[in-house]
Amino acid sequence: MRIYVCVKQVPDTSGVVAVNPDGTLNRASMQTIINPDDLSAMEQALVLKDATGCQVTAVTMGPPPAEGMLRELLAMGADDAVLISAREFGGSDTFATSQIISAAINHLGVGKDDMIFCGRQAIDGDTAQVGPQIAEKLNLPQVSYAAEIEKVGNDVTVKRMLEDGYMKIKVQTPCLITCISDKEKKARYMTLNGINHCYEKPFTLLNFEALKDEPLIELDKIGLKGSPTNIFKSFTPPVKGVGVMLEGADKKTAETLANILLEKHVI
Amino acid sequence: MDFSLTKEQEMLRKLSAQFALEELEPIAAQIDEEHRFPVESFEKMAKLGFTGIGVPEQYGGTGGGMLEKVIAVEEFAKKCMASAATLSIHLIAPHAILAFGTEEQKQKYLPRLTKGGELGAFALTEPNAGSDAAGVKTTAVYDEKTDEYILNGTKCFITGGARAGVLVVFALTDPKAKTKGISAFIIEKGMPGFSSGKIESKMGLAGSETAELVFEDCRVPAANMLGKINKGFKIAMQSLDAARVGVGAQGLGVAEEAIEMAVKYTHERVQFGKPIAALQGIQWYIADMAMKTEAAKALLYMTASLADSGKPFTKEAAMCKLFAAENARFVTNLALQIHGGYGYMKDYPLERMYRDAKITEIYEGTSEIHKVVIARAVMNK
Repeated sequence: MRIYVCVKQVPDTSGVVAVNPDGTLNRASMQTIINPDDLSAMEQALVLKDATGCQVTAVTMGPPPAEGMLRELLAMGADDAVLISAREFGGSDTFATSQIISAAINHLGVGKDDMIFCGRQAIDGDTAQVGPQIAEKLNLPQVSYAAEIEKVGNDVTVKRMLEDGYMKIKVQTPCLITCISDKEKKARYMTLNGINHCYEKPFTLLNFEALKDEPLIELDKIGLKGSPTNIFKSFTPPVKGVGVMLEGADKKTAETLANILLEKHVI
Repeated sequence: MDFSLTKEQEMLRKLSAQFALEELEPIAAQIDEEHRFPVESFEKMAKLGFTGIGVPEQYGGTGGGMLEKVIAVEEFAKKCMASAATLSIHLIAPHAILAFGTEEQKQKYLPRLTKGGELGAFALTEPNAGSDAAGVKTTAVYDEKTDEYILNGTKCFITGGARAGVLVVFALTDPKAKTKGISAFIIEKGMPGFSSGKIESKMGLAGSETAELVFEDCRVPAANMLGKINKGFKIAMQSLDAARVGVGAQGLGVAEEAIEMAVKYTHERVQFGKPIAALQGIQWYIADMAMKTEAAKALLYMTASLADSGKPFTKEAAMCKLFAAENARFVTNLALQIHGGYGYMKDYPLERMYRDAKITEIYEGTSEIHKVVIARAVMNK
């Protein structure tokens, strides 16, 4: 059994967000972190590895510095890592990204017992599209919003967290599951021995040459040019000022409120 | 000269900083107030492998050397000096056993100290043997009938002594020979005749436990002698050289954090209509704090690199410890001063950092004894 965990390096939102002239994020100039939901997916995979001894493979698409993130995941306990990186893939939207990642996973092979874990969504784009799109392209069943994943025999039981409760469903492998962050189940730390050996673990670089002939790749539908989504404008929203609190249920307070709203042309 | 860290060392720094922020800082004020040794923090350190730094994997360690110890201790000290001290001092015992122990001793004791979650301690100081290690009064008399040594005496101010599972203890095997008659022993918690006495109430570093140890006809198998008979003083001195680099790292970490806090506060605190960061008097404080801390860091990292390359570093260890310790007090004092009344309040961590920083000028050799070591090295070439 092998679990592919798709992870993404995202801007650390506590720092400055920089945008390229074409509207895409200038990832190279920003502090980055591992997307929190992806970290949760990795933890779920490592919990299953502890229980079953399965292989855990970290997969990301990004610029070469994303290797640092993959090494951290290897230091946490992943067995091997795959970096999908090529100039031709740069600027891909979710449609193009899921196509490339699907092709890469297909290239590596999806066995009968295998699973693909993704974070529910990334904190930069917040689309929650890549995971489900990968499932569609690989023709796999998918379960989203997973908080707990158990595997007994061939059956995988997933606890999905919904707004008004939770749902437990069974799914058969191979499948794709998107995971949500859970404050109660913090991802494990790297270990010192993990750090010592993370550069010795198998590391695969899949570039354009390696993937261009994959059946799932359509060469005119990758990268910025091939992406159906065009970013019109990106900007950092201005910081909101401190709000004004009015207290009281009397007529005078209501008038004050109405005057403020009038001044601001809200009413 | 290249001071850049390896990728693995950068990752260790990131992990240490994350661990300090998420596990140590949240309880730092509480353990200080309650004078409580946080067993849970030490267990977490052991689980991740911090307690095995500097010890090869074959003995349960996590490899690395002095630089790795410095990185971890420095990052811990930024958030909790007591926890940084606990790790730094714990590592003395496994390092001494690794350097001077027999293969049997290494196999038996190192895994317990590195990955087993047992605390280590180093017991040299006695009521009348502080800076003057030759004043050791604890004796170890050989009993040839049982092939054991019988230890009698009292040790004081031993960090982690009452909780340690394995201790390196120094005693006189030839009382007339003074320092040339000191031997080192590996003592286990629970050995008959070994007990802990008073737990000290301290000005700072309250989250690390400082104990008195009592040996009353404590029988120790001769096989537990560490190194050769009457050669313990060398073990003590060599261990202290490494320990001093650890204290330097504590001083550096607390100073770095104090600067960060002070700079942040100067931008937030408005007096006379502008942030106090705009006042030149404040800027000069910050400049002095930053310059001296950078110098302490350079000296410390140079010493660690010297130690890791296998070269002598006794003089440099004394220098970096003394310099980083004096700087830690200097910087925490000014950072507290910049915070004014708020800095003096227990609501802010600075008053704790100021109290904690003071110990770096005293333990593992006072500032004064370090000047003796440095002067001796410089003048008696």
